Amino acid sequence: MGSVRFDPGLPYRCSPQVALRPEAFGALAYHFGTRRLSFLKSPLLADVVRDLDQHESVHAALDGRGVPEAERAAHVAALAQLADAGTIEPR
Amino acid sequence: MKLVDHFQHGLDAPICLTWELTYACNLACVHCLSSSGRRDPRELDTDECKAVIDELRRMQVFYVNIGGGEPTVRPDFWELVDYATAHRVGVKFSTNGVRITPERARGLAASDYVDVQISLDGATAEVNDAVRGAGSYDTAIAAMRHLSEAGFRGFKLSVVMTRQNIGQLDEFAGLADRYGAQLRITRLRPAGRGADVWQDLHPTAEQQRQLYDWLVAHGEQVLTGDSFFHLNAFGSTPLPGLNLCGAGRVVCLIDPVGDVYACPFAIHDEFLAGNVREPGGFAAVWRSSPLFARLRAPQTGGGCTSCSAFDTCRGGCMAAKFFTGLPLDGPDPECVRGHGEPALAAVAAGAAPRPSGDHSHRGERRSRGPVPVRIGRGRPEPAPADRPCDAGPLAGFRPGRAEHG
Repeated sequence: MGSVRFDPGLPYRCSPQVALRPEAFGALAYHFGTRRLSFLKSPLLADVVRDLDQHESVHAALDGRGVPEAERAAHVAALAQLADAGTIEPR
Repeated sequence: MKLVDHFQHGLDAPICLTWELTYACNLACVHCLSSSGRRDPRELDTDECKAVIDELRRMQVFYVNIGGGEPTVRPDFWELVDYATAHRVGVKFSTNGVRITPERARGLAASDYVDVQISLDGATAEVNDAVRGAGSYDTAIAAMRHLSEAGFRGFKLSVVMTRQNIGQLDEFAGLADRYGAQLRITRLRPAGRGADVWQDLHPTAEQQRQLYDWLVAHGEQVLTGDSFFHLNAFGSTPLPGLNLCGAGRVVCLIDPVGDVYACPFAIHDEFLAGNVREPGGFAAVWRSSPLFARLRAPQTGGGCTSCSAFDTCRGGCMAAKFFTGLPLDGPDPECVRGHGEPALAAVAAGAAPRPSGDHSHRGERRSRGPVPVRIGRGRPEPAPADRPCDAGPLAGFRPGRAEHG
């Protein structure tokens, strides 16, 4: 995990080993393989993670959810962290 | 609202749930949190346990920490583990190792959804067996060897820190390393039979400092179940974890008869929220018990509020205060600023509440003197290089650091 550089121009998906649990702050993400818990700190980020497999790139998933331009960099950074933790993966 | 505030107010389902499947145990550890020994005849049966698992799946509780008693002595234990993992409820179970045969170890190594935690309270047989009973060191070591030989990497070696074993921290890390395990250390609580021996077993003030320094140096490799947050008052380096009491907010305990308590260290009527056999089951208890609503309401720090360390230690452990007779809004009995000792001295003899249930083997309880053990000196060994299999529910979580988004 984390060996491949995160590229938001490529297609990703939420790992099949991850369960997402909606919470008021966003979502909890639990990876059954690594047994790591991550915190998705906004409902919008949780939606984007859920949608990833329906888009041709991470950018397209961000567009699809209408992530405001001002929040885009923060979302990309958060998704890079999630890719590093194995929560999301290239497909 | 900050993430920590969400936790403070409680989540729709626990993050980390402890489920004690039975009070039956082949051992009689002097500090047992649940005063285990004899099976309770009212224990949840197989179908009732499966119904609880179904509910946990619906609530998306990702995994349960199964304990006891010794959970593996339940005849349906492996059936329940299989049922949980088949429904994507992960299981980490605590055991003294008695049923971890080479064959069983191979089966466990093959599953992604099961983690094993071997309890050992001394890095030498002398220190361990004084607390956990004759032969228990050898049983635990054999279980670790079986898991290691089966290729199970990153199972947990779980140690309750006592006055007698704090000097062995490096030896524990070495043991974990030798068997490909990860070390997990937790705080001794005066709960269950632990209330009887806490005076003799809990670390001295000097040892608490030693433990804090060791955790600051090794914290990334070692799991703690977030149990040492009271030590944060020592300094500016916060220990990894949530560093707040999660009782009834993000954690709770289901006991063998289905009673739901605020936390595994608080088995007392005062902290009993309900029973999973009641209409609405576990979800109703978690979401609407008046006790949990109270625990999730803003708490006052009482006499601690004016202390400069309050923001880091949050007044310490509710259960430790309760069972030593201290007020819940006062200092922890092991307050590192030294406020615990005068508070303890002011508690009248016999005034501390007694733990509710006693399931000890007959004739086993009470009348134990100080535990006669010598402290071994550790040979420092390198700690494991990474933590590929960290089962801590808050692994990697630092408020304001490892949050996403």
